[in-house]
Order: sequence, then structure tokens, then C-alpha cells
Amino acid sequence: MAIDVATVRKVARLARIAEPEDRLAALAQELNGIITWIEQLNEVDVEGVEPMTSAEAVSLPLREDVVTEGGDPEKVLANAPRRIDGFFVVPKVVE
Amino acid sequence: MADLTDLTLKAALDGLAARTFSSEEITRAHIAAVEAARPLNAYVLETPDKALDMARAADSRRAAGETAPLLGAPLGVKDLFCTDGVRTTACSNILGNFVPTYESTVTANLWRDGAVMLGKLNLDQFAMGSSNESSCFGPVVNPWRRAGSDVKLTPGGSSGGSAAAVAARLCLGATATDTGGSIRQPAAFTGTVGIKPTYGRCSRWGIVAFASSLDQAGPIARTVEDAAILLNSMAGHDPKDSTSLPAETPDFSAFIGKSVKGLRIGVPREYRADGMPAEIDALWEQGIAWLKDAGCEIVEVSLPHTKYALPAYYIIAPAEASSNLARYDGMRFGLRAEGANLIETYENTRAQGFGEEVKRRILIGTYVLSAGYYDAYYLKALKVRRRIAQDFDQAWEKVDALLTPTAPSAAFALGENADDPVAMYLNDIFTVTVNLAGLPGMSLPAGLDSAGLPLGLQLIGRALDEGTLFSLGGAIEKAANFQARPQLWW
Repeated sequence: MAIDVATVRKVARLARIAEPEDRLAALAQELNGIITWIEQLNEVDVEGVEPMTSAEAVSLPLREDVVTEGGDPEKVLANAPRRIDGFFVVPKVVE
Repeated sequence: MADLTDLTLKAALDGLAARTFSSEEITRAHIAAVEAARPLNAYVLETPDKALDMARAADSRRAAGETAPLLGAPLGVKDLFCTDGVRTTACSNILGNFVPTYESTVTANLWRDGAVMLGKLNLDQFAMGSSNESSCFGPVVNPWRRAGSDVKLTPGGSSGGSAAAVAARLCLGATATDTGGSIRQPAAFTGTVGIKPTYGRCSRWGIVAFASSLDQAGPIARTVEDAAILLNSMAGHDPKDSTSLPAETPDFSAFIGKSVKGLRIGVPREYRADGMPAEIDALWEQGIAWLKDAGCEIVEVSLPHTKYALPAYYIIAPAEASSNLARYDGMRFGLRAEGANLIETYENTRAQGFGEEVKRRILIGTYVLSAGYYDAYYLKALKVRRRIAQDFDQAWEKVDALLTPTAPSAAFALGENADDPVAMYLNDIFTVTVNLAGLPGMSLPAGLDSAGLPLGLQLIGRALDEGTLFSLGGAIEKAANFQARPQLWW
């Protein structure tokens, strides 16, 4: 098995998704099914092939490094789960 | 007067221009149709008041002598496009009651051209799915049914709400998006026309991101011409999307009716999938015959890496999704599920907010990008992606466009593929190569199967050559003369 319960636990932690212990075995089985199917890619000869990172052959454009918008805290904060006095309220980050 | 919801977009625009009816009248007709069609679950948010305001504004512009390409035409918007002041959810609980304070470029283009918004359309959660069953609002029901059966069928996905709404006459046309087939497969399942343009044709700005190197917006409509009219407005360069192509937008409708004589049409032998229903094979042969009759030259071509497109896609798309969806952390917008500390708050928020398929894809994406697996999976998939793109490059040396079926089956029953993710993924077997290569692809209805369900054919073109697809699509549409429509049962 490429993906065991410990791997799922680790990946779920990396992805910041709480997965209950009793779901891990089933998830491992599901993910293995998908990964096993994906592994047919090993049949493809990709010797010397450049990875394709974009669907277009053009390079990304650059623009002037200037402020183009902003100055509207109400819009930025409009969907905040919690806010006080123009700030986002978040759990303590540094102990 | 005939039912105003039954008009094509083109006929509606002509009627509006001739003042045969007002935008308010045709908008009211659609609002009534939308209300009556709630059993289909196509709209997740109806915006009748906004629609009437926009319709009256369009009528005032018309009265003042103004014209605009879509002036007064009521449309539906996939709930993946951010709409200023109107709830946008991607059909996921993690966005909850998110109300954008900005408008996506594509929808802004539609409103600039005078269109009217009827509401937001259902989709697979974050556009991840082929049956609409991953929506947090529950699936859309296909307005089409098998003859003599009341089994509920999927409209396909992810743009199932868009396709069902267009087929059921709940809007004149709709926006949609396509990452692996999400415009074309639902169009095929509902007897509608859908086009995924070249990557970069339509701005992605303001569209909830799934897999950024693959996502592309496009229209779903009832005719090839209607699709062209909508794409004319949706497309265009946008400096706010760095992958938006700085290309001129031609008048796509001008390509319809142009002779297709002498065009070379490729038929890729690898698309003759094992176990493909005979009816789909027969429809494909029929499509080949229609184009031959129209003067096209048919050429067999090979796209040898076709079978590797889906596995490559199921590395690349989840990898990009796991990165894109990292933004849903419960801090700045959307759902927050408190925990004992910051990490636990993240984990609880994402566990409660994301649906099962979304979590599955984030986990796959995180796994293939994680230390020790990146080269074996992600890098490998990017190299296979180039092989797939090269297959097309070689085909373009011999042909001008490709003709294939759109999907390996007609619409299936809701629940039918729900337990097997890989079986569900196979729905995109004929569509996903186009996304990986960044090419335009169009699906259009070409016939019915023995159960009376619509089947679609797909045209694939060179990058930025949507025009040829509209010419060929117009020719097939004329030959197929597809007049069937779903019987009103809802």
C-alpha cells in the first residue's frame, strides 16, 4: 500500500483538515485507489521532456510596481468572520 | 405571442431591438419560469428584484436610443463567478454567506453589454465533479428524462445548473467554467451548446479558483450562434489576469455559415474507447458523414498519449487545487469553526466547510506535492502534459480541427457513480486533453439515444481558432437539425 493510515494522518495535517481517526482507514483505501490508477503514468517515456507549467507559450507580463487599488477597509473587512475597529480578529498566533 | 422563454438569445435580441417586447417583459417571463422550476434545483439563488432593476435600466437605455450586444437579455450565472453584492458560494459551505465586494471580469463584461442577471446557478462544489452531486445545495436534476421513466438523471457537471437552466428555458444563456470538461459534458447531457475557449481568452479574475492553469470560462446556450454572441461579450484581454491573452476578440458569430469546404477534420483513433456505447460510436460516424457532405476532408489522426490525460489531470488539478484552496482558513471570509488554538481552528474550519470530494482532492494534491513525491508524481504529470500538448501540435500539421464524441455516455442517474471516484472521473475522458493543452473545444447536440436522451459531439481546434469551431459547429447544427427538447414535468 502506497498510502497507509499514518500517511493519511500526516497529509491531512499538512492540508489542515481535521480527519477523525475512524475515517483514516477508509480514506487511505480511497486515495490508494486513485493513486494506483494514476501510476499508469509510469508507462510514459518522458526522457528529456520539459515540464509544461502553463497552457500558453507566452511569458507572464510585468507591470509597473505601483499601487493600483486599495484604501477601502470596509470592502476588505466586509466578510470577516470576526472584526473589531477595522481589524480582523484571529486566534492567538504567537504564544 | 410565443412564450418568450422559448426564444433563442438571437431571436430575443432581435425582438428587443424591434421593440416587439421589452426587457422587463422577457425578464418577468423568465422569473416565472425559474420559480416554477424549483424542483430542478438549477438556481441556488434567485435575484428577481435585481433582474427587474437591470431589465428596466436596459429598457431605459434602449428608449434613449442606445444599443448594446446583449441589451435586455436575461442570463444565468454559475455560482463560481463573484457578483458584487450578490452571495457567491462555489456551492460550498466554506464560503457560506460570502458576499463579494467586487465583480468578476466576465460578468462585468456581460453587464457592460446590457445583460440582465436572473440569479446564481448550481454547480459541483468548487467545480469538482461531473454530476453536480458534490454541491452543498444538493444536485441539479436534469430536465431530460429517459422515455417512459421518472428516474432522476444528472445534468452533468460541474456546470450542471447552467446546462439544466438553459435546456429548461430558465434563461437565454448562462456562464459556465471548464477545468476538465465542466462546460462540454453538461452541454452534451442536456442537449445544449457549450464552448470552452482557448485558455486565456476569458479572464479568470473574480472566478473562484479551482486549478488555475486549466480553469477557463465559457458560455452554455441553445444554439451555436447564441454561444458565439455570449462569447463575444465574455472574452477579451484583462490586465487583472496575468494569463489573459492580449489577443483581439473576433466577432465569433461572423464565422457561422461560412463554408467549411476543404477543411481537414481529424478523427483521433485513440478516442474509440473500449466499451463505448454503440449509439455514441454511430453518432460520431454520423458527424463525420455530415462534415464530409459539407465538403470537409476526413483524416484519421493519432493522439497517442490520450489515455494518460486523465491520470495526469488527477495529479495536476488536485495539486493546484490544494494550493488555491489554502486560502480558506476561516480568518478573513467564509466559515470559521473555532478550535483550542490557531491550527485547530484551521483544521476544524476546513473539515466542516469542505465537502468530501473537495477534501479528497486537497489530500491527493497535498500528497503529490509533498516532500519525496513531488518528482514522482507532480513533475512527471507536467511532463506527460507536454506530451499530450505535443500530440495535438503534430495533429495540427495534418488537420484544421478534430471531431470526437463529448462524453462516453448519455446522462446517467443521480447516485449511479457516486461510490467510485475513478468511475466518475472517466466522464471527462474525451474532454480533459483539451484543458491540458489549453485548446478550444465545443460540444453541440447531434442526436438522441434510444432512451430519448441527447448526445453531444465535440469539436477541438487550434489555440485561438474558435472561429473554425463556430463554422464547423454551425455546419453540424444545420445538418443535425436537433429540435428535441425536454418535456415539461417539473
